[in-house]
Amino acid sequence: MKQLTFEIKTNEQIAKNVYRMQLSGDTTGIIPGQFVNIRVEGQFLRRPISVCNVEQPLNNTTQPLNHATPLLTIIYKVVGVGTEAMSRLPIGTQLDVLTVLGNGYDLSKSGDKPLLVGGGVGVPPMYMLARQLREMGKAVRVILGFNTKEEVFYEEEFRALGCDVTVTTVDGSHGTKGFVTNALDGKQSYYYTCGPLPMIKALIQAAGTNGEVSMEERMGCGFGACMGCTIQTTQGPKRVCKEGPVFPAEILQL
Amino acid sequence: MNDKLQISLSGITLANPIIPASGTYGFGDEFAELYDINCLGGISFKGTTREARYGNPLPRIAECGNYGMINAVGLQNPGVEHVIAHELPRLKSHYNGCIVANVSGFSVQDYVETCALLDKEPIDILEVNISCPNVHNGGMAFGTSPEAAAEVTAAVKAVTTKPVYMKLSPNVTDIVAIAKACEAAGADGLCLINTVLGMRIDIRRRRPVIANRYGGYSGAGIFPLALRMVNQVARATSLPIIGCGGVSNAEDVIEMMMAGATAVEIGAANLTNPMVAKEIIDRLPTLMDELKIEKLTDIIGIVNHE
Ligand SMILES: Cc1cc2nc3c(=O)[nH]c(=O)nc-3n(C[C@H](O)[C@H](O)[C@H](O)COP(=O)(O)OP(=O)(O)OC[C@H]3O[C@@H](n4cnc5c(N)ncnc54)[C@H](O)[C@@H]3O)c2cc1C
Ligand SMILES: Cc1cc2nc3c(=O)[nH]c(=O)nc-3n(C[C@H](O)[C@H](O)[C@H](O)COP(=O)(O)O)c2cc1C
Ligand code: FES
Repeated sequence: MKQLTFEIKTNEQIAKNVYRMQLSGDTTGIIPGQFVNIRVEGQFLRRPISVCNVEQPLNNTTQPLNHATPLLTIIYKVVGVGTEAMSRLPIGTQLDVLTVLGNGYDLSKSGDKPLLVGGGVGVPPMYMLARQLREMGKAVRVILGFNTKEEVFYEEEFRALGCDVTVTTVDGSHGTKGFVTNALDGKQSYYYTCGPLPMIKALIQAAGTNGEVSMEERMGCGFGACMGCTIQTTQGPKRVCKEGPVFPAEILQL
Repeated sequence: MNDKLQISLSGITLANPIIPASGTYGFGDEFAELYDINCLGGISFKGTTREARYGNPLPRIAECGNYGMINAVGLQNPGVEHVIAHELPRLKSHYNGCIVANVSGFSVQDYVETCALLDKEPIDILEVNISCPNVHNGGMAFGTSPEAAAEVTAAVKAVTTKPVYMKLSPNVTDIVAIAKACEAAGADGLCLINTVLGMRIDIRRRRPVIANRYGGYSGAGIFPLALRMVNQVARATSLPIIGCGGVSNAEDVIEMMMAGATAVEIGAANLTNPMVAKEIIDRLPTLMDELKIEKLTDIIGIVNHE
C-alpha cells in the first residue's frame, strides 16, 4: 500500500452515468486487478475503484510515454453521493489516494487463449489485464456485458489492443442480445472476470471454475485493517481488500 | 523521543499517549508498510476471543457522511491460541512499545480462559471489552449492568497479574455506575468508549445497510459524547483512563486528556487516514508549545481541578 497525491487530468462522461478519470502521479507497482481507494471530500470512508489502466513503460519494454508523469485511468459509475461528487471534480484537483491495493490477477495462469469477461463497471479492470496479456502475445477474447446500448463503453479500446471482442446487451440494442454467458464458446484456456454477482454466478455455472473472479464488498479501510470486507471461502475467511479482490473461482462460496 | 509526551499507565511508561484502538489497526502490519510503528505509545490489537470467529454476515460497514462509520464486524479473529502462536510474536518482533491485548468473550468463562492464556505472554495491558453479549444472560451485554461488569472484572483479575483495563460501552444509562463497579471489583484502569449503537437505511432498497441491522457508530461524530463520558468517569473514580471515541487530530488528544484521560486511543480515523496516528504524534510538540503545555502529564484532568 502507498498513500499518494494524484492530480486530475481528465474527468469526462463516456457512457450513461459512467465517467472516466485520468490521474497523474506515481503509478509504480500497480498490477492488473488491483484497486485504489480515493478520499472524497464530505465523505468519511474512501471509495474503492479498480485500476483500468496505467500508462508507463512495462517491464522489459520501452514503450514511449506520452505524458511527463504516468497516468492512472479509472472508470466509475455514479451510483451515490461519493461517485456523484467525484463526477463534479474539476481538472487540477488533488486527490488523496491509497494505491497498490489488493492482490490482482495472476497472469501466469492465462494459457494461450484467455477469456476476459466484464459486466458493467466490472469492465474497467479487464482493460489493463487485456493489454498486458496482449503484450505477452496471448490470443485474448473479451466479452463485455451491458444492459443497453447507451451504457456500452470501451468496445473500440479493447479492439485496438487486438482482442477478439464480443459485446452483449440484455435488451439487444447493441451487439449480441442476452447475457455474457450467451457469448461463451468454451474454447478459452482460462478466464478472468469482474462484474455483478449474478453474472459471476452464471459464468461459473456455464464455464466452470478454471478461472479467477474479482469480488466487490463494502469496505471500511480497503487495506486489511478492519475486517469489514471478509468473505467465507473454502479456504477460510479472506479479506476482499487484501487477499482479494481476485479469487480463484474454485474457492468461492457464492 | 520527547519526554514532554511521556505518560504512564499502571507503572508502564509509554513514549506518548497515542494508541491505535482495537479493531482499527489489526496487528499493525498494514500500517508498518507506511511508517515506523515504533513511534506509537502503544497498540491495542484486534479483539481476541477464546475460539476463532468469522464474525457477522456482510455488509458489515456503513458510511455516515463526514462524521463517521458504522461497523458490525462481529469480532472476526483467529482465536487466542492462534494469536499467541502467530500474530503476537510477529507484532513483538517489530514493535517494542506497550502492547494492549484486547479481549472479548460471550461468557465469564470465555474471558477467564482467554486472559489466563494471555497472562503468560509478552503483553503489557489486558483491555477487557465488555460490550459483548452474554450468551448466558439473554444476550445482554456485560457492559450494560454494574453487576455483570464487576463479575467479569473480578474473574479476570483472579487469573492474571497484568494490569486489567475494562473497556466500557457507551450504550448505557449510567456509565459512572458501571465504572465504579469495575473499580470496586479491582480494575486497574478503564478504557472508554466503545462504539455507539447505530443504524443506516438504504432508502432505495428500503432495507438496513448493515446485514445485522444495527452496528457500532464511531468516528469524529462521537467525540463530544466520548469526551463527556470520560469526564464523568474521571470525576467519579480514581482509575487511570484511556480515552477513546472520535479522536481525529492532536487537538482532540489534548481535549481528551484535559477531560481526564491519561492515554488516548484512535479508532476509525486510522481507517480513513492510515497516517493519522503518526501525524498526531508529530504535531503534538508544536501544539503543546502553542498552548504553553510543558508536559502532557500536567494537563490530565485539568478541567476537573477546582
Ligand atoms: C475492489 C472494488 C473495486 C471497484 N471498482 C469499481 C470500478 O472500477 N468502477 C465503479 O464504478 N465502481 C467500482 N466499485 C464500486 C464502487 O466502490 C462503489 O460504486 C462506490 O463506492 C459507491 O460510492 P457512492 O458514494 O457513490 O455510493 P453510496 O451508496 O452512497 O456509498 C455508500 C457506501 O457504500 C459503499 N458502496 C456502495 N456501493 C458499493 C459497491 N458496489 N461496492 C463496494 N462498496 C460500495 C461506498 O463505498 C460507501 O462506503 C468497486 C468496488 C470495490 C470493492
Ligand atoms: C471496524 C472496527 C472494529 C472494532 N473492533 C473492536 C474490537 O475488536 N474490540 C474493541 O474493544 N473495540 C473495537 N472497536 C471499537 C474501537 O476500538 C473504538 O472503541 C471505537 O471505534 C471508538 O473510537 P473511534 O471513534 O476513534 O473509532 C472497533 C471499531 C471499529 C471501527
Ligand atoms: S476493508 Fe478493511 S479489511 Fe478489508
